[in-house]
Amino acid sequence: MPSERNTKAPMGLKIAAVGGLLFLHLPILLIFVYAFTTEEKSYQWPPPGFTLKWFGVTWNRPDVWEALYLSLQVAAISTVIAIVLGSLCAAAVARSQFFGREAISLLVILPIALPGIITGIALRSAFSLGEIPYSMWTIILGHATFCVVVVYNNAVARFRRTSASLIEASMDLGANGFQTLRHIILPNIGTALLAGGMLAFALSFDEVIVTTFTAGQQATLPIWMLEELVRPRQRPVTNVVAMVVVLVTFLPILGAYYLTRDGDRIAGQGK
Amino acid sequence: MSATITSATVTSAAAILPPRAGLLARFSDLLWRRPSVLLAVLLGPPLLWLGIVYLGSLAALLAQSFFSIDEFSGLIRYQLTLKTYGELFHPANLDIIVRTLLMAASVTVASAIVAFPIAYYAARYARGRWKAFFYLGVMLPLWSSYLVKVYAWKLILAKEGILTWAFAKVGLMPVLDAVLSIPVIGGNSLSVSYIGTFLVFVYVWLPYMILPMQAALERVPASLLEASADQGAVPSQTLRHVLLPLALPGVVAGSIFTFSLTLGDYIIPQIIGSSRLFIGQAVYAHQGTAGNIPLAAAFTVVPVVIMGFYLWGAKRMGAFDAL
Repeated sequence: MPSERNTKAPMGLKIAAVGGLLFLHLPILLIFVYAFTTEEKSYQWPPPGFTLKWFGVTWNRPDVWEALYLSLQVAAISTVIAIVLGSLCAAAVARSQFFGREAISLLVILPIALPGIITGIALRSAFSLGEIPYSMWTIILGHATFCVVVVYNNAVARFRRTSASLIEASMDLGANGFQTLRHIILPNIGTALLAGGMLAFALSFDEVIVTTFTAGQQATLPIWMLEELVRPRQRPVTNVVAMVVVLVTFLPILGAYYLTRDGDRIAGQGK
Repeated sequence: MSATITSATVTSAAAILPPRAGLLARFSDLLWRRPSVLLAVLLGPPLLWLGIVYLGSLAALLAQSFFSIDEFSGLIRYQLTLKTYGELFHPANLDIIVRTLLMAASVTVASAIVAFPIAYYAARYARGRWKAFFYLGVMLPLWSSYLVKVYAWKLILAKEGILTWAFAKVGLMPVLDAVLSIPVIGGNSLSVSYIGTFLVFVYVWLPYMILPMQAALERVPASLLEASADQGAVPSQTLRHVLLPLALPGVVAGSIFTFSLTLGDYIIPQIIGSSRLFIGQAVYAHQGTAGNIPLAAAFTVVPVVIMGFYLWGAKRMGAFDAL
Protein backbone atom coordinates (compact mmCIF):
# COMPACT_ATOMS: atom_id res chain seq x y z
CA MET A 1 0.00 0.00 0.00
CA PRO A 2 1.32 3.45 -0.78
CA SER A 3 1.52 5.76 2.19
CA GLU A 4 -1.00 8.59 2.48
CA ARG A 5 1.35 11.46 1.74
CA ASN A 6 2.32 9.90 -1.54
CA THR A 7 -1.05 9.38 -3.19
CA LYS A 8 -1.01 12.40 -5.49
CA ALA A 9 0.04 11.59 -9.01
CA PRO A 10 2.40 13.83 -10.98
CA MET A 11 0.55 16.02 -13.45
CA GLY A 12 2.30 14.59 -16.50
CA LEU A 13 1.35 11.05 -15.56
CA LYS A 14 -2.26 12.07 -15.03
CA ILE A 15 -2.46 13.74 -18.43
CA ALA A 16 -0.86 10.76 -20.19
CA ALA A 17 -3.20 8.31 -18.45
CA VAL A 18 -6.34 10.29 -19.21
CA GLY A 19 -5.12 10.88 -22.77
CA GLY A 20 -4.63 7.14 -23.19
CA LEU A 21 -8.16 6.43 -21.98
CA LEU A 22 -9.56 9.05 -24.37
CA PHE A 23 -7.61 7.43 -27.20
CA LEU A 24 -9.35 4.17 -26.31
CA HIS A 25 -12.85 5.60 -26.15
CA LEU A 26 -13.23 8.48 -28.60
CA PRO A 27 -13.18 6.29 -31.75
CA ILE A 28 -16.06 4.21 -30.38
CA LEU A 29 -18.06 7.32 -29.50
CA LEU A 30 -17.51 8.60 -33.04
CA ILE A 31 -19.55 5.65 -34.33
CA PHE A 32 -22.54 6.98 -32.38
CA VAL A 33 -22.34 10.32 -34.17
CA TYR A 34 -22.04 8.73 -37.59
CA ALA A 35 -25.18 6.65 -37.02
CA PHE A 36 -27.21 9.86 -37.27
CA THR A 37 -25.52 11.52 -40.22
CA THR A 38 -27.42 12.51 -43.35
CA GLU A 39 -24.38 11.94 -45.55
CA GLU A 40 -24.73 8.78 -47.65
CA LYS A 41 -21.77 8.57 -49.97
CA SER A 42 -18.68 9.41 -47.94
CA TYR A 43 -17.34 9.55 -44.37
CA GLN A 44 -17.52 13.33 -44.30
CA TRP A 45 -16.79 15.14 -41.04
CA PRO A 46 -18.44 17.17 -39.61
CA PRO A 47 -21.73 15.53 -40.63
CA PRO A 48 -23.78 17.89 -42.81
CA GLY A 49 -26.95 17.11 -40.83
CA PHE A 50 -28.58 14.66 -38.47
CA THR A 51 -31.45 12.28 -39.12
CA LEU A 52 -33.14 9.23 -37.61
CA LYS A 53 -34.02 7.92 -41.05
CA TRP A 54 -31.32 5.21 -41.14
CA PHE A 55 -32.67 3.44 -38.09
CA GLY A 56 -35.90 2.83 -39.99
CA VAL A 57 -34.05 1.71 -43.12
CA THR A 58 -31.93 -0.71 -41.10
CA TRP A 59 -34.99 -2.06 -39.32
CA ASN A 60 -36.51 -3.03 -42.68
CA ARG A 61 -33.44 -4.80 -44.01
CA PRO A 62 -34.02 -8.58 -43.96
CA ASP A 63 -30.32 -9.40 -44.47
CA VAL A 64 -29.41 -7.58 -41.24
CA TRP A 65 -32.07 -9.49 -39.32
CA GLU A 66 -30.95 -12.84 -40.75
CA ALA A 67 -27.33 -12.14 -39.82
CA LEU A 68 -28.34 -11.03 -36.34
CA TYR A 69 -30.49 -14.11 -35.84
CA LEU A 70 -27.70 -16.45 -36.93
CA SER A 71 -25.18 -14.67 -34.69
CA LEU A 72 -27.46 -14.99 -31.67
CA GLN A 73 -28.08 -18.68 -32.36
CA VAL A 74 -24.39 -19.45 -32.81
CA ALA A 75 -23.42 -17.47 -29.70
CA ALA A 76 -26.10 -19.13 -27.56
CA ILE A 77 -25.24 -22.70 -28.53
CA SER A 78 -21.46 -22.12 -28.35
CA THR A 79 -21.89 -20.57 -24.91
CA VAL A 80 -23.79 -23.60 -23.61
CA ILE A 81 -21.12 -25.98 -24.92
CA ALA A 82 -18.35 -23.77 -23.52
CA ILE A 83 -20.00 -23.62 -20.07
CA VAL A 84 -20.28 -27.42 -19.87
CA LEU A 85 -16.75 -28.13 -21.12
CA GLY A 86 -15.11 -25.21 -19.34
CA SER A 87 -16.60 -25.93 -15.92
CA LEU A 88 -15.81 -29.67 -16.15
CA CYS A 89 -12.24 -28.87 -17.03
CA ALA A 90 -11.97 -26.25 -14.27
CA ALA A 91 -13.36 -28.68 -11.69
CA ALA A 92 -10.75 -31.27 -12.64
CA VAL A 93 -7.82 -28.87 -12.66
CA ALA A 94 -8.75 -26.99 -9.50
CA ARG A 95 -9.61 -30.03 -7.37
CA SER A 96 -6.86 -32.49 -8.03
CA GLN A 97 -3.24 -33.01 -8.88
CA PHE A 98 -2.56 -35.32 -11.76
CA PHE A 99 -0.07 -36.00 -14.47
CA GLY A 100 -0.37 -33.52 -17.33
CA ARG A 101 -2.31 -30.89 -15.39
CA GLU A 102 -0.19 -28.05 -16.78
CA ALA A 103 -0.60 -29.42 -20.28
CA ILE A 104 -4.37 -29.22 -19.94
CA SER A 105 -4.35 -25.55 -18.96
CA LEU A 106 -2.14 -24.94 -21.97
CA LEU A 107 -4.45 -26.91 -24.26
CA VAL A 108 -7.46 -24.87 -23.11
CA ILE A 109 -5.66 -21.55 -23.64
CA LEU A 110 -4.05 -22.48 -26.95
CA PRO A 111 -7.04 -21.74 -29.24
CA ILE A 112 -6.97 -18.16 -28.03
CA ALA A 113 -3.20 -17.76 -27.68
CA LEU A 114 -2.44 -18.74 -31.26
CA PRO A 115 -3.48 -16.20 -33.89
CA GLY A 116 -7.11 -16.69 -34.93
CA ILE A 117 -6.16 -17.25 -38.53
CA ILE A 118 -4.35 -20.46 -37.51
CA THR A 119 -7.36 -21.83 -35.65
CA GLY A 120 -9.50 -20.83 -38.62
CA ILE A 121 -7.45 -22.35 -41.38
CA ALA A 122 -6.76 -25.46 -39.28
CA LEU A 123 -10.48 -26.06 -38.87
CA ARG A 124 -11.09 -25.34 -42.52
CA SER A 125 -8.49 -27.80 -43.73
CA ALA A 126 -9.86 -30.40 -41.30
CA PHE A 127 -13.38 -29.85 -42.68
CA SER A 128 -12.16 -30.20 -46.23
CA LEU A 129 -10.13 -33.33 -45.44
CA GLY A 130 -13.13 -34.83 -43.67
CA GLU A 131 -15.52 -33.56 -46.36
CA ILE A 132 -17.78 -31.93 -43.80
CA PRO A 133 -20.19 -29.46 -45.46
CA TYR A 134 -20.20 -25.91 -44.07
CA SER A 135 -23.21 -25.05 -41.96
CA MET A 136 -24.18 -23.27 -38.78
CA TRP A 137 -22.69 -26.22 -36.92
CA THR A 138 -19.22 -25.78 -38.38
CA ILE A 139 -19.29 -22.18 -37.14
CA ILE A 140 -20.36 -23.40 -33.69
CA LEU A 141 -17.59 -26.00 -33.66
CA GLY A 142 -15.00 -23.24 -34.02
CA HIS A 143 -16.64 -20.80 -31.62
CA ALA A 144 -17.15 -23.30 -28.82
CA THR A 145 -13.48 -24.27 -29.04
CA PHE A 146 -12.16 -20.82 -28.23
CA CYS A 147 -15.01 -19.91 -25.85
CA VAL A 148 -14.07 -22.72 -23.43
CA VAL A 149 -11.14 -20.70 -22.14
CA VAL A 150 -13.15 -17.75 -20.79
CA VAL A 151 -15.53 -19.98 -18.85
CA TYR A 152 -12.58 -22.05 -17.66
CA ASN A 153 -10.68 -18.98 -16.40
CA ASN A 154 -13.64 -17.69 -14.42
CA ALA A 155 -14.59 -21.09 -13.01
CA VAL A 156 -11.07 -22.07 -12.02
CA ALA A 157 -10.59 -18.85 -10.06
CA ARG A 158 -13.87 -19.40 -8.21
CA PHE A 159 -13.12 -23.06 -7.47
CA ARG A 160 -9.84 -22.01 -5.88
CA ARG A 161 -11.68 -19.63 -3.56
CA THR A 162 -14.38 -22.14 -2.62
CA SER A 163 -13.36 -24.17 0.40
CA ALA A 164 -13.11 -27.93 -0.13
CA SER A 165 -14.41 -28.53 3.39
CA LEU A 166 -17.87 -27.36 2.29
CA ILE A 167 -18.08 -30.32 -0.06
CA GLU A 168 -16.74 -32.72 2.52
CA ALA A 169 -19.22 -31.43 5.09
CA SER A 170 -22.07 -31.97 2.66
CA MET A 171 -20.96 -35.54 2.04
CA ASP A 172 -20.53 -36.19 5.77
CA LEU A 173 -24.10 -35.07 6.32
CA GLY A 174 -25.27 -37.77 3.97
CA ALA A 175 -25.72 -35.97 0.66
CA ASN A 176 -24.65 -37.93 -2.38
CA GLY A 177 -22.45 -36.45 -5.07
CA PHE A 178 -25.29 -35.12 -7.18
CA GLN A 179 -27.05 -33.52 -4.22
CA THR A 180 -23.76 -31.88 -3.28
CA LEU A 181 -23.33 -30.68 -6.84
CA ARG A 182 -26.81 -29.21 -6.89
CA HIS A 183 -26.98 -27.66 -3.42
CA ILE A 184 -23.36 -26.81 -2.63
CA ILE A 185 -21.15 -26.59 -5.69
CA LEU A 186 -23.45 -24.95 -8.21
CA PRO A 187 -24.67 -22.16 -5.91
CA ASN A 188 -21.03 -21.40 -5.11
CA ILE A 189 -19.72 -21.24 -8.65
CA GLY A 190 -22.97 -20.10 -10.27
CA THR A 191 -22.15 -16.42 -10.70
CA ALA A 192 -18.67 -17.26 -12.02
CA LEU A 193 -20.21 -19.55 -14.62
CA LEU A 194 -22.76 -16.88 -15.51
CA ALA A 195 -20.02 -14.28 -15.90
CA GLY A 196 -17.90 -16.64 -17.97
CA GLY A 197 -20.92 -17.50 -20.07
CA MET A 198 -21.66 -13.83 -20.73
CA LEU A 199 -18.11 -13.21 -21.84
CA ALA A 200 -18.17 -16.31 -24.01
CA PHE A 201 -21.38 -15.01 -25.57
CA ALA A 202 -19.82 -11.62 -26.27
CA LEU A 203 -16.70 -13.27 -27.68
CA SER A 204 -18.68 -15.50 -30.02
CA PHE A 205 -21.09 -12.74 -31.04
CA ASP A 206 -18.16 -10.61 -32.14
CA GLU A 207 -15.82 -13.20 -33.69
CA VAL A 208 -14.92 -12.75 -37.33
CA ILE A 209 -11.47 -14.18 -38.10
CA VAL A 210 -12.19 -17.84 -37.35
CA THR A 211 -15.73 -17.48 -38.70
CA THR A 212 -14.61 -16.42 -42.18
CA PHE A 213 -12.97 -19.84 -42.47
CA THR A 214 -15.69 -21.98 -40.92
CA ALA A 215 -18.77 -20.39 -42.51
CA GLY A 216 -20.00 -21.29 -45.96
CA GLN A 217 -22.78 -19.17 -47.40
CA GLN A 218 -24.12 -18.11 -44.01
CA ALA A 219 -23.32 -14.63 -42.77
CA THR A 220 -23.10 -13.88 -39.07
CA LEU A 221 -23.38 -10.22 -38.12
CA PRO A 222 -19.58 -9.66 -38.07
CA ILE A 223 -19.27 -11.37 -41.48
CA TRP A 224 -22.01 -9.09 -42.77
CA MET A 225 -20.10 -6.08 -41.43
CA LEU A 226 -16.85 -7.26 -42.93
CA GLU A 227 -18.48 -7.50 -46.35
CA GLU A 228 -19.85 -3.98 -45.95
CA LEU A 229 -16.39 -2.75 -44.98
CA VAL A 230 -14.71 -4.31 -47.97
CA ARG A 231 -17.45 -3.48 -50.49
CA PRO A 232 -19.67 -0.74 -49.01
CA ARG A 233 -23.24 -0.81 -50.30
CA GLN A 234 -25.16 1.44 -47.97
CA ARG A 235 -22.79 3.11 -45.55
CA PRO A 236 -25.39 4.63 -43.20
CA VAL A 237 -26.88 1.18 -42.53
CA THR A 238 -23.41 -0.06 -41.55
CA ASN A 239 -23.10 2.90 -39.17
CA VAL A 240 -26.36 2.02 -37.43
CA VAL A 241 -25.48 -1.68 -37.19
CA ALA A 242 -22.05 -0.80 -35.75
CA MET A 243 -23.67 1.33 -33.06
CA VAL A 244 -26.15 -1.40 -32.14
CA VAL A 245 -23.35 -3.98 -31.95
CA VAL A 246 -21.42 -1.77 -29.51
CA LEU A 247 -24.47 -1.36 -27.28
CA VAL A 248 -25.32 -5.07 -27.39
CA THR A 249 -21.80 -6.20 -26.42
CA PHE A 250 -21.49 -3.66 -23.58
CA LEU A 251 -24.33 -5.26 -21.63
CA PRO A 252 -22.77 -8.70 -21.05
CA ILE A 253 -19.39 -7.12 -20.25
CA LEU A 254 -20.88 -4.87 -17.58
CA GLY A 255 -22.93 -7.81 -16.28
CA ALA A 256 -19.88 -10.04 -16.03
CA TYR A 257 -18.00 -7.28 -14.25
CA TYR A 258 -20.65 -6.83 -11.58
CA LEU A 259 -20.93 -10.58 -11.04
CA THR A 260 -17.22 -11.12 -10.42
CA ARG A 261 -15.99 -7.82 -9.03
CA ASP A 262 -15.68 -8.95 -5.38
CA GLY A 263 -12.40 -10.72 -5.08
CA ASP A 264 -11.35 -12.18 -8.35
CA ARG A 265 -10.68 -9.68 -11.04
CA ILE A 266 -10.47 -12.22 -13.79
CA ALA A 267 -13.61 -11.63 -15.73
CA GLY A 268 -12.08 -10.63 -18.99
CA GLN A 269 -8.62 -12.07 -18.83
CA GLY A 270 -7.21 -13.90 -21.77
CA LYS A 271 -9.81 -12.95 -24.33
CA MET B 1 -2.77 -35.05 5.41
CA SER B 2 -6.31 -33.91 4.64
CA ALA B 3 -6.67 -36.70 2.10
CA THR B 4 -6.08 -39.41 4.67
CA ILE B 5 -8.55 -37.84 7.06
CA THR B 6 -11.17 -37.67 4.33
CA SER B 7 -10.82 -41.27 3.27
CA ALA B 8 -10.97 -42.38 6.89
CA THR B 9 -14.21 -40.41 7.33
CA VAL B 10 -15.67 -41.99 4.26
CA THR B 11 -14.88 -45.55 5.31
CA SER B 12 -16.36 -45.05 8.74
CA ALA B 13 -19.45 -43.39 7.24
CA ALA B 14 -19.83 -46.27 4.83
CA ALA B 15 -19.60 -48.68 7.74
CA ILE B 16 -22.51 -47.01 9.51
CA LEU B 17 -24.82 -46.12 6.62
CA PRO B 18 -26.45 -48.82 4.52
CA PRO B 19 -25.40 -48.78 0.87
CA ARG B 20 -27.56 -46.32 -1.01
CA ALA B 21 -30.19 -47.63 -3.34
CA GLY B 22 -30.56 -46.58 -6.94
CA LEU B 23 -28.19 -46.47 -9.87
CA LEU B 24 -27.51 -42.76 -9.59
CA ALA B 25 -26.59 -42.96 -5.92
CA ARG B 26 -24.31 -45.93 -6.53
CA PHE B 27 -22.61 -43.98 -9.30
CA SER B 28 -22.21 -41.04 -6.93
CA ASP B 29 -20.59 -43.31 -4.31
CA LEU B 30 -18.23 -44.66 -6.93
CA LEU B 31 -17.13 -41.15 -7.88
CA TRP B 32 -16.38 -40.30 -4.26
CA ARG B 33 -14.47 -43.48 -3.53
CA ARG B 34 -12.43 -43.51 -6.70
CA PRO B 35 -11.18 -40.01 -7.49
CA SER B 36 -9.60 -41.28 -10.70
CA VAL B 37 -13.06 -42.18 -12.05
CA LEU B 38 -14.31 -38.73 -11.09
CA LEU B 39 -11.33 -37.18 -12.83
CA ALA B 40 -12.02 -39.19 -15.97
CA VAL B 41 -15.67 -38.12 -15.97
CA LEU B 42 -14.69 -34.47 -15.52
CA LEU B 43 -11.85 -34.39 -18.01
CA GLY B 44 -13.25 -36.70 -20.65
CA PRO B 45 -15.61 -34.37 -22.52
CA PRO B 46 -13.35 -31.28 -22.67
CA LEU B 47 -10.32 -33.36 -23.62
CA LEU B 48 -12.23 -35.21 -26.31
CA TRP B 49 -13.51 -31.93 -27.74
CA LEU B 50 -10.24 -30.03 -27.67
CA GLY B 51 -8.19 -33.07 -28.62
CA ILE B 52 -10.28 -34.04 -31.61
CA VAL B 53 -11.63 -30.73 -32.86
CA TYR B 54 -8.66 -28.54 -32.14
CA LEU B 55 -5.50 -30.61 -32.02
CA GLY B 56 -6.85 -32.77 -34.83
CA SER B 57 -7.33 -29.70 -37.01
CA LEU B 58 -3.89 -28.38 -36.17
CA ALA B 59 -2.39 -31.72 -37.12
CA ALA B 60 -4.34 -31.68 -40.39
CA LEU B 61 -2.97 -28.22 -41.09
CA LEU B 62 0.59 -29.21 -40.32
CA ALA B 63 0.29 -32.25 -42.56
CA GLN B 64 -0.90 -30.10 -45.46
CA SER B 65 2.21 -27.93 -45.28
CA PHE B 66 4.33 -30.95 -46.26
CA PHE B 67 2.33 -31.49 -49.44
CA SER B 68 2.91 -29.42 -52.52
CA ILE B 69 0.89 -28.08 -55.39
CA ASP B 70 1.31 -29.17 -58.99
CA GLU B 71 2.11 -26.04 -61.00
CA PHE B 72 0.43 -27.34 -64.15
CA SER B 73 -2.80 -28.85 -62.90
CA GLY B 74 -3.13 -26.73 -59.74
CA LEU B 75 -4.03 -29.85 -57.78
CA ILE B 76 -2.51 -30.83 -54.47
CA ARG B 77 0.05 -33.63 -54.67
CA TYR B 78 -0.20 -35.81 -51.59
CA GLN B 79 3.48 -36.59 -51.28
CA LEU B 80 5.66 -35.53 -48.40
CA THR B 81 8.06 -32.81 -49.49
CA LEU B 82 9.81 -29.73 -48.18
CA LYS B 83 9.32 -27.90 -51.46
CA THR B 84 6.49 -25.74 -50.09
CA TYR B 85 8.66 -24.56 -47.22
CA GLY B 86 11.33 -23.68 -49.77
CA GLU B 87 8.84 -21.37 -51.46
CA LEU B 88 8.66 -19.31 -48.28
CA PHE B 89 12.18 -18.12 -49.05
CA HIS B 90 11.29 -16.61 -52.41
CA PRO B 91 12.00 -12.87 -52.20
CA ALA B 92 8.32 -11.94 -52.48
CA ASN B 93 7.33 -14.23 -49.60
CA LEU B 94 10.33 -13.27 -47.52
CA ASP B 95 9.30 -9.63 -47.96
CA ILE B 96 5.89 -10.44 -46.52
CA ILE B 97 7.40 -12.13 -43.49
CA VAL B 98 9.88 -9.32 -42.80
CA ARG B 99 7.20 -6.65 -43.25
CA THR B 100 4.88 -8.41 -40.80
CA LEU B 101 7.66 -8.84 -38.24
CA LEU B 102 8.65 -5.18 -38.44
CA MET B 103 5.04 -4.11 -38.03
CA ALA B 104 4.52 -6.45 -35.06
CA ALA B 105 7.68 -5.17 -33.38
CA SER B 106 6.84 -1.47 -33.83
CA VAL B 107 3.23 -2.01 -32.73
CA THR B 108 4.49 -3.76 -29.60
CA VAL B 109 6.92 -0.96 -28.70
CA ALA B 110 4.32 1.75 -29.32
CA SER B 111 1.66 -0.06 -27.29
CA ALA B 112 4.07 -0.44 -24.38
CA ILE B 113 4.79 3.30 -24.41
CA VAL B 114 1.14 4.34 -24.60
CA ALA B 115 0.02 1.69 -22.10
CA PHE B 116 2.55 2.49 -19.39
CA PRO B 117 1.03 5.71 -17.98
CA ILE B 118 -2.47 4.20 -17.94
CA ALA B 119 -1.29 1.01 -16.24
CA TYR B 120 0.91 2.87 -13.77
CA TYR B 121 -1.76 5.37 -12.79
CA ALA B 122 -4.37 2.63 -12.40
CA ALA B 123 -2.01 0.46 -10.36
CA ARG B 124 -0.57 3.05 -8.03
CA TYR B 125 -2.81 6.07 -7.72
CA ALA B 126 -6.36 5.04 -8.61
CA ARG B 127 -8.39 3.98 -5.57
CA GLY B 128 -11.98 2.92 -5.00
CA ARG B 129 -14.32 4.21 -7.65
CA TRP B 130 -11.48 5.51 -9.81
CA LYS B 131 -9.98 2.05 -9.83
CA ALA B 132 -13.25 0.57 -11.12
CA PHE B 133 -13.47 3.40 -13.64
CA PHE B 134 -10.02 2.64 -15.02
CA TYR B 135 -10.69 -1.07 -15.05
CA LEU B 136 -13.92 -0.69 -17.03
CA GLY B 137 -12.25 1.99 -19.13
CA VAL B 138 -9.81 -0.65 -20.35
CA MET B 139 -12.25 -3.57 -20.35
CA LEU B 140 -15.00 -2.02 -22.49
CA PRO B 141 -12.75 -1.16 -25.45
CA LEU B 142 -11.05 -4.54 -25.09
CA TRP B 143 -14.32 -6.40 -25.42
CA SER B 144 -16.21 -4.19 -27.82
CA SER B 145 -16.49 -5.44 -31.34
CA TYR B 146 -13.21 -5.75 -33.21
CA LEU B 147 -14.79 -4.89 -36.55
CA VAL B 148 -16.57 -1.87 -35.16
CA LYS B 149 -13.25 -0.58 -33.85
CA VAL B 150 -11.62 -1.07 -37.24
CA TYR B 151 -14.60 0.59 -38.87
CA ALA B 152 -14.34 3.56 -36.53
CA TRP B 153 -10.76 4.07 -37.70
CA LYS B 154 -11.84 3.90 -41.30
CA LEU B 155 -14.11 6.83 -40.49
CA ILE B 156 -11.35 8.67 -38.65
CA LEU B 157 -8.60 8.18 -41.21
CA ALA B 158 -10.68 8.75 -44.35
CA LYS B 159 -9.56 11.66 -46.51
CA GLU B 160 -12.77 13.54 -45.73
CA GLY B 161 -12.76 12.30 -42.11
CA ILE B 162 -12.32 13.88 -38.72
CA LEU B 163 -8.53 13.71 -38.54
CA THR B 164 -7.94 15.62 -41.76
CA TRP B 165 -10.59 18.09 -40.64
CA ALA B 166 -8.86 18.58 -37.29
CA PHE B 167 -5.45 19.08 -38.92
CA ALA B 168 -6.97 21.65 -41.27
CA LYS B 169 -8.73 23.45 -38.39
CA VAL B 170 -5.53 24.05 -36.45
CA GLY B 171 -3.57 24.82 -39.61
CA LEU B 172 -1.32 21.78 -39.50
CA MET B 173 -2.24 20.49 -42.95
CA PRO B 174 1.34 20.92 -44.23
CA VAL B 175 2.55 18.60 -41.45
CA LEU B 176 0.06 15.90 -42.45
CA ASP B 177 0.99 16.26 -46.11
CA ALA B 178 4.69 16.06 -45.27
CA VAL B 179 4.14 12.89 -43.24
CA LEU B 180 2.09 11.33 -46.02
CA SER B 181 4.73 12.12 -48.62
CA ILE B 182 7.37 10.06 -46.77
CA PRO B 183 8.13 7.13 -49.05
CA VAL B 184 7.10 3.59 -47.98
CA ILE B 185 5.16 4.51 -44.83
CA GLY B 186 3.18 7.36 -46.43
CA GLY B 187 0.49 7.19 -49.07
CA ASN B 188 -2.42 8.91 -50.70
CA SER B 189 -4.31 9.30 -47.44
CA LEU B 190 -3.83 7.92 -43.95
CA SER B 191 -6.32 5.13 -44.58
CA VAL B 192 -4.18 3.61 -47.35
CA SER B 193 -0.78 4.01 -45.67
CA TYR B 194 1.31 1.93 -43.27
CA ILE B 195 0.91 4.71 -40.71
CA GLY B 196 -2.83 4.04 -40.77
CA THR B 197 -2.34 0.29 -40.38
CA PHE B 198 0.07 0.90 -37.53
CA LEU B 199 -2.31 3.28 -35.70
CA VAL B 200 -5.19 0.82 -35.91
CA PHE B 201 -3.04 -2.09 -34.70
CA VAL B 202 -1.87 -0.05 -31.71
CA TYR B 203 -5.42 1.02 -30.92
CA VAL B 204 -6.95 -2.45 -31.18
CA TRP B 205 -4.31 -4.31 -29.16
CA LEU B 206 -3.55 -1.62 -26.57
CA PRO B 207 -5.84 -3.05 -23.83
CA TYR B 208 -4.01 -6.39 -24.09
CA MET B 209 -0.84 -4.57 -23.12
CA ILE B 210 -2.39 -2.51 -20.32
CA LEU B 211 -3.86 -5.38 -18.30
CA PRO B 212 -0.74 -7.53 -17.69
CA MET B 213 1.35 -4.37 -17.24
CA GLN B 214 -1.02 -3.13 -14.57
CA ALA B 215 -0.95 -6.52 -12.86
CA ALA B 216 2.85 -6.43 -12.74
CA LEU B 217 2.98 -2.81 -11.53
CA GLU B 218 0.52 -3.55 -8.75
CA ARG B 219 3.00 -6.03 -7.32
CA VAL B 220 5.79 -3.44 -7.10
CA PRO B 221 5.89 -2.34 -3.44
CA ALA B 222 5.52 1.42 -3.10
CA SER B 223 8.12 1.34 -0.33
CA LEU B 224 10.80 0.46 -2.88
CA LEU B 225 9.99 3.57 -4.89
CA GLU B 226 10.04 5.69 -1.75
CA ALA B 227 13.35 4.18 -0.68
CA SER B 228 14.79 5.02 -4.08
CA ALA B 229 13.63 8.62 -3.70
CA ASP B 230 15.00 8.75 -0.14
CA GLN B 231 18.40 7.69 -1.42
CA GLY B 232 18.39 10.76 -3.62
CA ALA B 233 17.22 9.37 -6.96
CA VAL B 234 15.26 11.80 -9.10
CA PRO B 235 11.95 10.41 -10.46
CA SER B 236 13.45 9.58 -13.85
CA GLN B 237 16.20 7.54 -12.18
CA THR B 238 13.66 5.69 -10.04
CA LEU B 239 11.67 4.97 -13.17
CA ARG B 240 14.67 3.63 -15.05
CA HIS B 241 16.45 1.69 -12.32
CA VAL B 242 13.65 0.51 -10.04
CA LEU B 243 10.21 0.63 -11.63
CA LEU B 244 10.94 -0.53 -15.18
CA PRO B 245 13.05 -3.57 -14.26
CA LEU B 246 10.36 -4.71 -11.82
CA ALA B 247 7.58 -4.09 -14.34
CA LEU B 248 9.40 -5.81 -17.19
CA PRO B 249 7.74 -9.24 -16.83
CA GLY B 250 4.36 -7.55 -17.25
CA VAL B 251 5.55 -5.70 -20.33
CA VAL B 252 6.84 -8.93 -21.82
CA ALA B 253 3.56 -10.68 -21.00
CA GLY B 254 1.61 -7.92 -22.73
CA SER B 255 3.94 -7.99 -25.70
CA ILE B 256 3.10 -11.66 -26.23
CA PHE B 257 -0.44 -10.58 -27.08
CA THR B 258 0.37 -7.52 -29.18
CA PHE B 259 3.05 -9.40 -31.10
CA SER B 260 1.09 -12.57 -31.71
CA LEU B 261 -2.14 -10.80 -32.60
CA THR B 262 -0.38 -8.54 -35.10
CA LEU B 263 1.40 -11.49 -36.70
CA GLY B 264 -1.84 -13.30 -37.39
CA ASP B 265 -4.20 -10.50 -38.29
CA TYR B 266 -5.38 -10.19 -41.87
CA ILE B 267 -8.42 -7.95 -41.59
CA ILE B 268 -6.86 -4.70 -40.42
CA PRO B 269 -4.24 -4.46 -43.22
CA GLN B 270 -6.92 -5.44 -45.71
CA ILE B 271 -9.26 -2.63 -44.70
CA ILE B 272 -6.78 0.04 -43.69
CA GLY B 273 -3.43 -0.03 -45.42
CA SER B 274 -1.61 -0.27 -48.68
CA SER B 275 -2.01 -3.20 -51.05
CA ARG B 276 1.20 -4.87 -49.88
CA LEU B 277 0.46 -8.11 -48.05
CA PHE B 278 1.01 -9.26 -44.48
CA ILE B 279 1.36 -12.91 -43.41
CA GLY B 280 -2.31 -13.21 -42.53
CA GLN B 281 -3.42 -11.83 -45.89
CA ALA B 282 -1.01 -14.14 -47.70
CA VAL B 283 -2.48 -17.13 -45.87
CA TYR B 284 -5.97 -16.01 -46.71
CA ALA B 285 -5.17 -15.38 -50.37
CA HIS B 286 -3.38 -18.69 -50.84
CA GLN B 287 -6.07 -20.82 -49.29
CA GLY B 288 -8.91 -18.92 -50.96
CA THR B 289 -8.77 -17.88 -54.58
CA ALA B 290 -5.36 -19.42 -55.31
CA GLY B 291 -6.34 -22.75 -53.78
CA ASN B 292 -2.74 -23.33 -52.71
CA ILE B 293 -3.51 -24.80 -49.30
CA PRO B 294 0.00 -26.27 -48.79
CA LEU B 295 1.64 -22.85 -49.12
CA ALA B 296 -1.03 -21.27 -46.91
CA ALA B 297 -0.34 -23.94 -44.29
CA ALA B 298 3.42 -23.37 -44.53
CA PHE B 299 2.81 -19.64 -44.04
CA THR B 300 0.85 -20.26 -40.83
CA VAL B 301 3.74 -22.26 -39.47
CA VAL B 302 5.87 -19.06 -39.55
CA PRO B 303 3.97 -17.20 -36.78
CA VAL B 304 3.70 -20.42 -34.78
CA VAL B 305 7.47 -20.92 -34.86
CA ILE B 306 8.15 -17.24 -34.12
CA MET B 307 5.69 -17.29 -31.22
CA GLY B 308 7.27 -20.51 -29.97
CA PHE B 309 10.64 -18.81 -29.64
CA TYR B 310 9.00 -15.69 -28.24
CA LEU B 311 7.14 -17.64 -25.57
CA TRP B 312 10.28 -19.58 -24.68
CA GLY B 313 12.16 -16.33 -24.19
CA ALA B 314 9.27 -14.81 -22.26
CA LYS B 315 9.09 -17.79 -19.93
CA ARG B 316 12.76 -17.38 -19.12
CA MET B 317 12.09 -13.74 -18.18
CA GLY B 318 9.30 -14.80 -15.83
CA ALA B 319 6.55 -13.24 -17.91
CA PHE B 320 4.05 -16.00 -17.20
CA ASP B 321 3.79 -15.07 -13.55
CA ALA B 322 2.47 -11.69 -14.67
CA LEU B 323 -0.35 -13.10 -16.78
